[in-house]
Amino acid sequence: MSTRLATGGPLIDRDQPVEFSFNGKRLRGFVGDTLASALLANDQMLVGRSFKYHRPRGLLASGAEEPNALFNLGSGGTFEPNARATQTPLSNGLRAVSQNHWPSLDWDIGAVNASMARFLPAGFYYKTFMHPRPFWKHVFEPIIRRSAGLGRAPKAQDADRYEQVYAFCDKLIAGGGVAGLQAALTAARAGERIILFEQAGHWGGRAPVDGAEVDGMPAAEWVAEAVAALTAMPNVTIRLNACVTGVYDHGYVLASERISGVVRERLWRIRAAQVIAATGAIERPLAFAGNDLPGVMLASAVRDYIVNWAVSPGDRTVVVTNNDDAYRSAIALVKAGLSVPAILDARPDVGGQLPEAARALGIRVEAGKGVAKVKGGKRVTGVSVCLQAGEGTVVEEIACDAVAMSGGWSPVVHLWSHCGGKLVWDEAQAIFRPDPRSPPTGHDGEAFVTCVGAASGDLGNADEAPMTPVWMMPQGAGAKLRAKMWLDYQNDVKVSDVQLAAREGYESVEHAKRYTTLGMATDQGKTSNINGLAILSNALDQAIPKVGTTTFRPPYTPVTIGTLAGEARGDVFQPLRRTPMHDWHEAHGAHWEPVGHWRRPYCYLRDGEGIEQAVQREVNNTRQRLGLLDASTLGKIMVKGPDAGRLLDMLYTNMMSTLPVGKCRYGLMCNENGFLMDDGVVARLSEDSFLCHTTSGGADRIHAWMEDWLQCEWWDWKVYTANLTEQFAQVAVVGPNARKLLEKLGGMDISREALPFMGWAEGQLGGFRVRIFRISFSGELSFEVAVPAGEGRAFWESLVEAGQEFGVMPYGTEALHIMRAEKGFIMIGDETDGTVTPQDLGLGWAISKKKDDYLGKRGQARGFLTDPDRWRLVGLETLDGSVIPEGAYAVAEGRNGNGQRNTEGRVTSTYHSPTLGRGIAMGLIRRGPDRMGETVTFPKIGGGEVKARIVSPIFFDPEGKKQDV
Amino acid sequence: MLILTCPYCGVAAEETELAPGGEAHLKRAGSTASDAEFESYMFARENPRGVHFERWRHAYGCGKWFLAARCTETLEVFGTYKAQCTEPSTEIVGRIKARRPGWEGRA
Amino acid sequence: MSEPVLASASAEGFARVEEICPQGMIAFRGDLEASEVRRALEEVTGLKIPKQRGILLDGERGLGWMSPDEVLILLPYADVPSALSTLQDRLSGAHHLAVDVSDARAVFRISGKRAREVLAKLAPVDLSPGCLGPGELRRTRVAQVAAAFWIDETGAITLICFRSVARYVSDLLMLSANQGTEIGLYEA
Repeated sequence: MSTRLATGGPLIDRDQPVEFSFNGKRLRGFVGDTLASALLANDQMLVGRSFKYHRPRGLLASGAEEPNALFNLGSGGTFEPNARATQTPLSNGLRAVSQNHWPSLDWDIGAVNASMARFLPAGFYYKTFMHPRPFWKHVFEPIIRRSAGLGRAPKAQDADRYEQVYAFCDKLIAGGGVAGLQAALTAARAGERIILFEQAGHWGGRAPVDGAEVDGMPAAEWVAEAVAALTAMPNVTIRLNACVTGVYDHGYVLASERISGVVRERLWRIRAAQVIAATGAIERPLAFAGNDLPGVMLASAVRDYIVNWAVSPGDRTVVVTNNDDAYRSAIALVKAGLSVPAILDARPDVGGQLPEAARALGIRVEAGKGVAKVKGGKRVTGVSVCLQAGEGTVVEEIACDAVAMSGGWSPVVHLWSHCGGKLVWDEAQAIFRPDPRSPPTGHDGEAFVTCVGAASGDLGNADEAPMTPVWMMPQGAGAKLRAKMWLDYQNDVKVSDVQLAAREGYESVEHAKRYTTLGMATDQGKTSNINGLAILSNALDQAIPKVGTTTFRPPYTPVTIGTLAGEARGDVFQPLRRTPMHDWHEAHGAHWEPVGHWRRPYCYLRDGEGIEQAVQREVNNTRQRLGLLDASTLGKIMVKGPDAGRLLDMLYTNMMSTLPVGKCRYGLMCNENGFLMDDGVVARLSEDSFLCHTTSGGADRIHAWMEDWLQCEWWDWKVYTANLTEQFAQVAVVGPNARKLLEKLGGMDISREALPFMGWAEGQLGGFRVRIFRISFSGELSFEVAVPAGEGRAFWESLVEAGQEFGVMPYGTEALHIMRAEKGFIMIGDETDGTVTPQDLGLGWAISKKKDDYLGKRGQARGFLTDPDRWRLVGLETLDGSVIPEGAYAVAEGRNGNGQRNTEGRVTSTYHSPTLGRGIAMGLIRRGPDRMGETVTFPKIGGGEVKARIVSPIFFDPEGKKQDV
Repeated sequence: MLILTCPYCGVAAEETELAPGGEAHLKRAGSTASDAEFESYMFARENPRGVHFERWRHAYGCGKWFLAARCTETLEVFGTYKAQCTEPSTEIVGRIKARRPGWEGRA
Repeated sequence: MSEPVLASASAEGFARVEEICPQGMIAFRGDLEASEVRRALEEVTGLKIPKQRGILLDGERGLGWMSPDEVLILLPYADVPSALSTLQDRLSGAHHLAVDVSDARAVFRISGKRAREVLAKLAPVDLSPGCLGPGELRRTRVAQVAAAFWIDETGAITLICFRSVARYVSDLLMLSANQGTEIGLYEA
């Protein structure tokens, strides 16, 4: 039985009981308990079922390396899967449910997998893909899908809040044990800015448990003094429950801090000039048969539970070891009044201070012995003892209810390795330790990570007898025993699996890892890597350093997605750009469309109206009466200077330098490949300044493009640019009544004579400071009016009010698109996709023949872009009046090499035209403009086809009479 | 995540403040370029393992484009410098040679 | 216009966050070394050209260093047109660009002894008093958008962002300032 001891346990507060539940059972613990220590105190040794064979599993460890005790915590919006009990502080009302069992933890149907173990060998998952093939779909997949995975994925939206913080320091110290505290004190006293994080809920690491002395003081006292001293220093930030999860390039460090409060977890994004890894070491299990039974624990964990939380894992604990450290656990057990029937030490000779101390307490020490097999089902009942040097013949049976094992220690080198620090094999200690000759290097090419304490490979055991590597117990174990020796508890990988992988040719450690799943999942092999590696190297008959380790990748322990997302959820998931009229649109039925980060009204829904009806109404009203479009999202870039015209002549395909002041010109921008990337109207404001309109969402990109050329290529040209997109609200006033509305507002002469088509003027309109552009993207009489953004909403409202008598209605982007398509105007992103030239789109008229050069000119001269066979823009008129489906391809004669029908074009824009009462489309068709009047065929998804006649893309008012009135 | 110091505003900016711009010191091939010149300008890139010259824009900061010399293997930054030049300064080259004695200059 | 961008944007958490009324702003680009430019800017603001990343403030006027060829002029909203015409007059022969950007921006003020912590959650900037003191104008990102800010002697932060994302930035600042989410890194 595991139970709470009557006295002791410095981490718990016996005056503060806590109630929690496990699988529905109500249990009690104390403040200061972890979920693991509280479960153990309640004799809940069985904590879960293993991943593959559904074997009963108990607690193995007491810290971050725990592979078995993973729970679903909470419910609904605070549900969390895969929480490690050893790192979960106990709190009132905590609700924990064990994972990976059905129907119950005690009686699990999946345990049948265990009897099928020989059918589930290493790589079985991959093998199911191969043979026999129909088995995958009908047999393996349904079973695997049902049984795969550890915790359940949460279904409800996460109710907790998370946040991130950027922090900077001279030294980031990971680990609050004695080594970490010492490093922090030294650096802090030198005046450096320090951040010290400890993943556990208490300071001091192992030293207080092991009864060490520091500077002549008991470790616990020294730790308390050190923490007090650090807390008092203004240049120091220290945190418990904060795990450094990764070290990245140039001193970037991520750490996850668990907080109980308004925010649940905080991600620290730290820039550290130096990182000190004081991350300690992790004890290794021993590979003997039945080493996964509940009750078999790491020796250090047994000691932790007794000393820190006053919890005994069992009344009779057999200790099995290959080193001196485990004797501390035996001594701690006996001193707590518990029984240790024997210490089985695999080493042939046992002597020295710790073994003598154990013997002095009357503990029986058996040298050269090991465990042949652990007995028991859901709980250890005894061990069969054998000679380590033999093949497992049982020499004695010892009854016990717990086993404390120690296979030696591995330094935690993850933070050293994340950013490229190399390791060296230390034969004497049988460990990989950081190689100070090959450290991770930072921006200056110098080392930026240092390991101190046990993490550096200094296990602090110089005065103890050396350990002897024991990779298998007994060393000559036969196949039957090897198939019960667990290496990786979380993934159910056994000694026999690694040996099988080696036999099947998986000689690279990285391949063997993936094939066997050794060291995968949430614990990433913290307890299994070295043992697995040693088995692999034995099987391959290669030295351990030759086989090497798998790559250590961040995070050290899993970080929740919520923490990584930080504040970026809900309303602030991403920036939403709003025009000055946004709230008006919202209040008037806007159905929104995302355009980059902008939101634009797609249409405005009226009572009882569907989206399609609303769009048709908006088109008809604009064509017949008066429409208003919020065009504020259009990019507006000021280009000014003596060389402004010269710059624009290079950026645009047409000639901009000849544009008279007061006039507007439509222009095209290409990239150096010659492909069209943006378009818009340029207005010449003065002799040396232009206002360039870009597509919505294109402003930042085009502004950056201009600056790129100005800064990096033509830096001697005298031009300044400024992105004024957000300075102005812009409204397109469109339709036959447009001029009437503006005249009613009054203040400017906007007659055809004073402000002709493609002209602009500045002045006052209805008391607003405006700039009016006489341009049209709809084919209607149209004025685009810009006002300072702060006045945009008021200006819009005054247009709506004054426009009532002229039948004014706002219209959205879909009506805009339909009207421009009726006019055959192209849209960047519809007619273009990054592989289309202006020539393809019949825009040759907008390409200057007089200019020596412009961006894209050389690219457009390439043969494949001048090929007459290219797909070029035409209008498409369906024979039956229907609408061609979006994205449809026109099919040609014959089939290609893959047996697919050949194509000869595709649709780029397709709409029902309310103006014409039928389907219209634009498309890119092979030799399109040369084939006017021909019919092309568009198959539909799901059968049938649409036939369309090739026509001019200008469907409406081809002479342009309506816009120029 | 890299830190590069913007030579215009002096901020040691982390990568999220910056926008990458590909290889530095490309020579533009204009309308009269031969096919080979244009191909080289448009498509041929160094992609070395080791010393490399790159364009970066301090996009969230002062908005300026600058150039960086760094090692693509170790991420060591030899220096950042202003974009208004056609090749790295002798100072930058000197710093690279001091750190990478075998390096023979830009290919 | 003298309305803030957002209808009502102020909140009291562990720091106070509020949008402040429109600030007159002119983006000026030119040769900051040229004496005529220096004279013209001083005439408009009463201030010298600040050093790299510096910002000089005098009452309602200020001059902030944006880049080697750009400064931000701060002045009362109503004074922008006259300032622009003064600049145009004085610099008619000098290549420059001066434009009103007052309406393109929103301005927030974050105050309280832990104001720096509100921003430390959003900007990848070392906000410790030793690294970012009064008189420095820092352009960076705040979560996912561009911003510029400075800290005054009282520890209060003035932050400028683009108008279209005013709501986003306001929401972020208020969320970050929520009571009970103090970090314990900076205290003015």
